[in-house]
Amino acid sequence: MRELLAVFRRELGGYFATPLAFIFIVIFLFTMGAFTFYMGGYFESGQADLQIFFNFHPWLYLFLIPAISMRLWAEERRTGSIELLLSLPIPLWAAVLGKFLAAWVFSGIALALTFPMWITVNYLGHPDNGVILAGYIGSFFMAGGYLAIGSCLSATTRNQVIAFVVSVVVCFLFTVSGLPLVTDFFASWAPQQVLNTIASFSFLTHFTAITQGVIDIRDIIYFFSLIASWLIACGVVVDMKKAG
Amino acid sequence: MQTANGNNPAAGDAMIAIEGLTKHFGPFTAVGGISFSVSRGEVLGFLGPNGAGKSTTMKMITGFLSPSAGRASVCGHDVVADQLAAQRMLGYLPEGAPAYGDMTPLAFLKFIARVRALKGAAADKAIADAVAATELQGVLEQPIDTLSKGFRRRVGLAQAILHNPPVLIMDEPTDGLDPNQKHEVRKLIARMAADKAIIISTHILEEVDAICTRALIIDRGRVVADGTPAELIARSRYHNAVSLTVGGQVTIAAAEALKALPGISSIEINPRGTETTFTLFPVQQNAISAEVKLIDAVADLAREKDWTVRALYGEPGRLDEVFRKLTRSDTADAPGKNAA
Repeated sequence: MRELLAVFRRELGGYFATPLAFIFIVIFLFTMGAFTFYMGGYFESGQADLQIFFNFHPWLYLFLIPAISMRLWAEERRTGSIELLLSLPIPLWAAVLGKFLAAWVFSGIALALTFPMWITVNYLGHPDNGVILAGYIGSFFMAGGYLAIGSCLSATTRNQVIAFVVSVVVCFLFTVSGLPLVTDFFASWAPQQVLNTIASFSFLTHFTAITQGVIDIRDIIYFFSLIASWLIACGVVVDMKKAG
Repeated sequence: MQTANGNNPAAGDAMIAIEGLTKHFGPFTAVGGISFSVSRGEVLGFLGPNGAGKSTTMKMITGFLSPSAGRASVCGHDVVADQLAAQRMLGYLPEGAPAYGDMTPLAFLKFIARVRALKGAAADKAIADAVAATELQGVLEQPIDTLSKGFRRRVGLAQAILHNPPVLIMDEPTDGLDPNQKHEVRKLIARMAADKAIIISTHILEEVDAICTRALIIDRGRVVADGTPAELIARSRYHNAVSLTVGGQVTIAAAEALKALPGISSIEINPRGTETTFTLFPVQQNAISAEVKLIDAVADLAREKDWTVRALYGEPGRLDEVFRKLTRSDTADAPGKNAA
């Protein structure tokens, strides 16, 4: 636990030691705002809720979250500091989890800084704040899912660009697996059971359910098991690289 | 000379024990079953050409790579089965001294202290001691990325010695340092040597003589020599040879006169500028008394012939020559040849 905290603190501090954190947060807030107000037609919709705002999250995360996760392990491999990290008395799970949690908390901070949106809707009308809270929780879990995928893929390479691109592709597949784009491909030949299974992997399906204000335990289990599976895979990748 | 310690390691006090350690990368064998042990008080110099397997061996001992076969233990803890316990006992300076470049040395050392379970006053004292030993006081608040190569190496050293580990493993600790910094680092290692088991890898042969109590030469993943620096030097063909440098033109007659001295097996002539160096190889290579006798004889001859003597000395041997001889696989000394 001590080692986990040490890694977590170092990683989180690492975001703020460079302009990276500030640049990321500014771009995150700017694109969130731009998409909601301009592309989403927030004011024209005439509704005092954040549904439009949350609808863009999966698509923005698709690019913004791999930008956080790409450096988690690839950067350590490139600079060689991974040799230091893995020769320190830190259990592998603590290193994997510490890095992930730092990235997750960082993305949580960026998400929390969108609070002016919440103030705006409350100023304009009387939204259901419970639904908005659920939206934020769902968005936070979804960010965790993307980060876990990105973390695992970052461990496979020393090149951050490769880590970014592969993460975007894999995250995209997980996002859209419930949409016709993917299901149509399987619909003609796969049994319905397989189709349902593939669709059930979709971030969108689970995220949309949560943003509608229904926090179903199955959606929470989905995100937790997705995060856990990818982090275990991340640990396996790091361990396999030790074998050369 | 410190080499005297190396002959007499405290028996049974092996802090690092390695048996048949092997590492394959695909079809390539980087380390082919090497065995050795290092005791408290020993400074083992790990020598070998690039790609000989020095770094790979160190990476296996420190837990960064898993061995393909064989065993290694640190203070009795197996580096695979009991990895964290082994890692707690050692300090490691990886090749190139990697660190987190965006951190300052102070923040970096605090991170290491936390990982090493040092808290409060103990952590502060450990950091202060490591900073003092590596003279980092002036740069504690600068990001590591902005530091010079020498300072970065010292940050890596500070990190390795922070918890005063009983075992220290350093991959090229003086690489990239200027001569003054090299001297400081060697002094630091010598100070710590008494109560630790230390392995350093190096390309710099003078370093072996300066700080190591024992030297291990590896080539193509195998140990080709293991002994004190003095023992290794004794394997040089220059060991106990006599070197005479005279000014002016060399005459064939001078060479003939030297060759005629008793107890000489062969002679090498090496003209350089306005002077000439003769290297005389005695018949009895391992007798120091023969060397002394030979020097006297050469001195007498020089007086008699009225040569301008610029230098006259007995050679201890040349480590670089031994190194080249042992790490060239086509020589009779290569273990592959002996085994075949």
